Amino acid sequence: MSAELMDFAEAMELFDPVLGLEVHVELNTATKMFCGCANQFGSEPNSNTCPVCLGLPGSLPVVNGKAIESAIRIGLALGCTIAESCRFARKNYFYPDMTKDFQTSQYDEPIAAEGLVELEVDGEVFAIEIERAHMEEDAGKLVHVGGASGRIGDAEYSLVDYNRAGTPLIEIVTKPITGTGAKAAAVGRAYVSYLRDLMRALGVSDVRMEQGSLRCDANISLMPKGTTTFGLRTETKNVNSLRSIENALTYEIRRQAAVLAAGGKVTQETRHWHEEGYTTPGRSKEEAEDYRYFPEPDLVPVAPNHAWVEELRGTLPEPPAVKGKRLQQAWGFAAQEFADIVNSGSLDLIEATVTAGASPAAARKWWLTELARRANETGVELAELPISPAQVAAVQALVDAGTVNDKLARQVIDGVLAGEGEPAEVVVARNLAVVSDDSALTEAVDRAIAAYPDVAAKIREGKVQAAGALIGAVMKDLRGQADAARVRELIVDRLS
Amino acid sequence: MALTTSDVARLGALARIRLTEAELQQLAPQLEVILQAVATVSQAVGPDTPATSHAVPLRNVFRADEVEPSLPTQAVLAAAPSVEDGRFRVPRILGEEA
Repeated sequence: MSAELMDFAEAMELFDPVLGLEVHVELNTATKMFCGCANQFGSEPNSNTCPVCLGLPGSLPVVNGKAIESAIRIGLALGCTIAESCRFARKNYFYPDMTKDFQTSQYDEPIAAEGLVELEVDGEVFAIEIERAHMEEDAGKLVHVGGASGRIGDAEYSLVDYNRAGTPLIEIVTKPITGTGAKAAAVGRAYVSYLRDLMRALGVSDVRMEQGSLRCDANISLMPKGTTTFGLRTETKNVNSLRSIENALTYEIRRQAAVLAAGGKVTQETRHWHEEGYTTPGRSKEEAEDYRYFPEPDLVPVAPNHAWVEELRGTLPEPPAVKGKRLQQAWGFAAQEFADIVNSGSLDLIEATVTAGASPAAARKWWLTELARRANETGVELAELPISPAQVAAVQALVDAGTVNDKLARQVIDGVLAGEGEPAEVVVARNLAVVSDDSALTEAVDRAIAAYPDVAAKIREGKVQAAGALIGAVMKDLRGQADAARVRELIVDRLS
Repeated sequence: MALTTSDVARLGALARIRLTEAELQQLAPQLEVILQAVATVSQAVGPDTPATSHAVPLRNVFRADEVEPSLPTQAVLAAAPSVEDGRFRVPRILGEEA
């Protein structure tokens, strides 16, 4: 399946990439776009459906007002102009994930258009122009059955779950992005990451790429250096993580460069990204698609009045980039340290942990190391771990108070994650508090001195650095439940 | 511009309707008559009449974002020609990927 690829650096000497990104965001409204069925991921198949989202004859859609509100807020946050009046349109095509044989979308009158997003990538600022953000509905979910690969080409038949059919979607489309050069892939990634943070800050979507609530189609074409006419582009679908966006764009740049350099022509087509690191051609676009769009006769126009739009503008959160700068400064992190936080998706969690009383350094440490590792191991997002920022702050408070040391704190976290209660309760239930009783500590120190007379002798001679071995022995004796610094003091005390 | 039989054949293909040559010959002029009728109406409309996509001058008809009961899954699946694993079973689709 692998195609000829040109070395990336060489491709960058010969060509300028032109990017275009289409991002679909599933809104987290309680109900679907046009009916009162629950908008919920993970329900029993076909349990959240009704005559409207099943497209049964005679059923009539009614627009979800909350979805319009979210669409307007998204448009405003992207710096778009909100249409004074807009309408829905039918996009006609046949596919079994589509109950009505048309998708209710927007065509000539999107709710939001002409926006601007500014991104910083490696210290360079890129202005991404937004062409439009429009409302539409999602389709059902297909599972292909038969064939070893699970991919459609080998499938014998398909199974459809219509729970997702009718879920409100916002499609955000950029204008062609030029001038990114070798940073094209990084800019693509940064843009989607920015949208994810923005949607999260707006509270309009779960933006879970792995669950499909944020999806990206990446368009890219190449033009020979020094020219300004766009080349033929490919549209890569199925790009379900930030890393994949970067990898897929890099791959397509290298593949197209090889095609062009060999005197060939890029086929304008849809391609599919494979996590193994390559793209394959999908639907060919030999014939221009003809969706026969026409205004949706079952829905009346949406005409948000000025006062409503301004009221919604007042609800916009602090832009993620502004918030980031503010917090980075307040917390005193270096740029890279802060970037790690943003990239891990833990900014809000760390902010809440700091608000709950932990120091920024401690909050960062827990979320980016211990908790990130557990999230990784169990395959969930950080925010899904069954521990709250307040509980993390409470664990750190126990460390600060000397009740537990770092090692014991990790066991406290184990307990909280296992549902054993609040951190303080876990300490009691698991008997994790450090031994702070000096007589118990002294006894353990004496046992260690007796067990390692050679080491003790060295310390007596003033080689205090040898104390490590005795501290280790005491910690082992007390099952780790001691404050190492205090143990050290006692050892030095005893042997001086 | 008159509607040709190949226009009608293409529209038929897009709508998944297979038409014989005889049907194309019959339908093209009939559809042409309809298009001309619409064109006549268009000519009668002055420039001061805004285009609308809806017969009733209504705007902003919204529903509250409140969950209403869905259909029982069994009733939904009863409408499917074939069912497997709680899902609609459909023939494999060639040449496209979801």
